[in-house]
Amino acid sequence: MSRVSTTSGPVDQAVERLRTVCAGAVETLSASGAGVSVLVQGGQYSLLTGADAASERLEEMQFVLGEGPCVDATATGRPVLVSDLEHEAPGRWPLYAPAMREAGIRAIFAFPLQVGAARLGALDVFRVRPGPLSRAELIRAFQCTDEAVSILLALQSPATIPEPFPRDEAGADLVELFQAQGMVMVQLDGTLSEAMARIRAYAYAENQRLIDVVRDIVERRLRFAKDE
Amino acid sequence: MTNVSAERLSQIFVEVADTLVDDFDLVEFLHMLTVRTATLVGASAVGLLLADPQGKLRFMAASSEKARLLELIQVQASEGPCFDAYRTAEPVINADLSAAVTRWPDFTRQALKAGFRSVHAFPMRLRREVIGALNVFGSEVGGFDGADAQVVQALTDLAAIALLQERAVRRGELLTEQLQAALNSRIVIEQAKGAIAQRFDISVDGAFAVLRAYARRHHRKLTELAQEVVTDRQALARLMEA
Repeated sequence: MSRVSTTSGPVDQAVERLRTVCAGAVETLSASGAGVSVLVQGGQYSLLTGADAASERLEEMQFVLGEGPCVDATATGRPVLVSDLEHEAPGRWPLYAPAMREAGIRAIFAFPLQVGAARLGALDVFRVRPGPLSRAELIRAFQCTDEAVSILLALQSPATIPEPFPRDEAGADLVELFQAQGMVMVQLDGTLSEAMARIRAYAYAENQRLIDVVRDIVERRLRFAKDE
Repeated sequence: MTNVSAERLSQIFVEVADTLVDDFDLVEFLHMLTVRTATLVGASAVGLLLADPQGKLRFMAASSEKARLLELIQVQASEGPCFDAYRTAEPVINADLSAAVTRWPDFTRQALKAGFRSVHAFPMRLRREVIGALNVFGSEVGGFDGADAQVVQALTDLAAIALLQERAVRRGELLTEQLQAALNSRIVIEQAKGAIAQRFDISVDGAFAVLRAYARRHHRKLTELAQEVVTDRQALARLMEA
């Protein structure tokens, strides 16, 4: 039921894994639904999936109406946590809020999927009862977003590269990782996502730890060229 | 005998008050706060860490962006005075690094190598929560008295207030949103530093200076500018123009 721009192996796999993440979110967050979408230019989506068909319909609503906490979260790069739609000012989402209420949804938690300036998409969690996410639930929610980011990043790389998400691998030297991303982005004259994929692909191909590759980049011992 | 001059201190508070009233950039503000704190107490360096949702301390701002200092600040995600201050909600004052190697083996080794002799850490408190910690490094042992410690604790708590200042906050959720946004802003800044360093063949802390100078000259918010620089080639090229 998920609409994707092309049907190819890696994309199907990513969609399947994202669906699993959404299902996991529904369970660990006691939610009624969860969806992931990837926004592209023109306010459309290139990828959309959810824990189930109902979740996908909920997720799609923000694209149909062009507004919603999910749209805001992606645009601003900050989560939008709405614990009770009834308490939101009526002007905030004049079309989306009533549509969600009609669908029985009272709480929406929208998390941008991003690494700094690389905005990859959003993970949205829907609940029929009002109330905030607890501290423990928030921690689990961010674990879900980490997984989803990992899956979306892997889509940029050749399909053979395993995860985990660099956040765990790099340990204490995250600052250097992000600097390296910026540097390689300019070296490739490409996007941040491409830079990230390239760095990880290199580490995998050379059987090196990401942390060592990153250090070589930042200390100018390693440089990437524009072509493959 | 306190290091803190009353005049300097009141200058800081005026600056902070001015900043918090207007639409301001959080990363720039926290950077300014660390710089001012360092000057105020005569410290070699000051760093600030914020906790992520998993409770892990992440680098947020520092009085200098030298790589060695940033590493030293970041290592405290697992060990060090900031780690202790964050977990216990109590400050760590006048820690003599030459005697700290059993307490914090990795951190002490790195700090001594960087030329520091003393370290202090203050929990960043917001109501009943601790959301991060502030580090003060000195090139000499001791030198921090009760008055200095109180002032720095107040400045640290001020940093916590700044996080909430962008909109009227009462609900805990807004704090989560703000913290995530803050942490992500720092990532954007680091990506921009890398891009600028590569593009103009300068060091990453030189890159930070270029970014800040341009932001000031053109009245731009630091994080917004960083975002633009990383997504738009021409914006990146323009940084070096007058």
